[in-house]
Amino acid sequence: MSLTAYIIVGAALFMIGLVGVLIRRNFIIILMSIELMLNAANLNLVAFSHYLHDLAGQMTALFVIAIAAGEAAVGLAIIIVVFRGKVATNVDQINLLKW
Amino acid sequence: MITTLFFYYFSAATIVSAVLTVALRNPVQCGLALLSVLAHMAGFFVLLNAEFIAAIQVIVYAGAILILYLFVIMLLNLKSEERILHPRWALALFFIAIAAGELLILLLISPFAGKLGLVDPDTVAGVGHSHAVGLKLFSDYLLQFEIIGVFLLGAVIGAIVLAKSSQGMTRQ
Repeated sequence: MSLTAYIIVGAALFMIGLVGVLIRRNFIIILMSIELMLNAANLNLVAFSHYLHDLAGQMTALFVIAIAAGEAAVGLAIIIVVFRGKVATNVDQINLLKW
Repeated sequence: MITTLFFYYFSAATIVSAVLTVALRNPVQCGLALLSVLAHMAGFFVLLNAEFIAAIQVIVYAGAILILYLFVIMLLNLKSEERILHPRWALALFFIAIAAGELLILLLISPFAGKLGLVDPDTVAGVGHSHAVGLKLFSDYLLQFEIIGVFLLGAVIGAIVLAKSSQGMTRQ
């Protein structure tokens, strides 16, 4: 397959994740959509790494996976704290820091 | 060509599962759809001769991160939300779709071919992908590797401190 095909799939995945962040109101689903977008970025990185004959893209993909793990851990801890204080995972009701 | 067939299968399955992840009401079903996305993404990585990344994808993403999500969903006993589409974003979505389509067209008509690197797929296949990644990771990317280790330690400590006690954050 050509590089263009992988880029199209990556762009479609990224757009689906972006739409998910914008239209869903559930905190956990928003975090899942962010994971989708990170995966789309990973796909582009590895595809370019394969077709341009350089391992740098795959290194970056490894670091993106590690950062996604940290993001998931901290984000879910924040969800647990918020849910314990007021029973809501709807991001419209979590506006304590809103200006 | 068998790889072309696999590519079409993986892309169709990935995109359908991604749409289901965003569109389903029940958070547990969203998590299972996300699992399907991650597994098929590992298939893409195998097609791209990146076996080590594929293994890490399955172990870390599908094995650890997704279990964490499902654990928190079942711990909190979430209810399905009533309405999905937030009306304030409908107009913004329209303009974002136009801008993204423009960007995608610009991207697809531009030439990708840059200067080719030194590591072609045959060389990587000759020494083994994990070997090649290990050599690169512990020589050129050693500093980044150490930084990511400190970052993960900080993330673990932060998660424990945040989730540890209910009155700990407000007592001071």
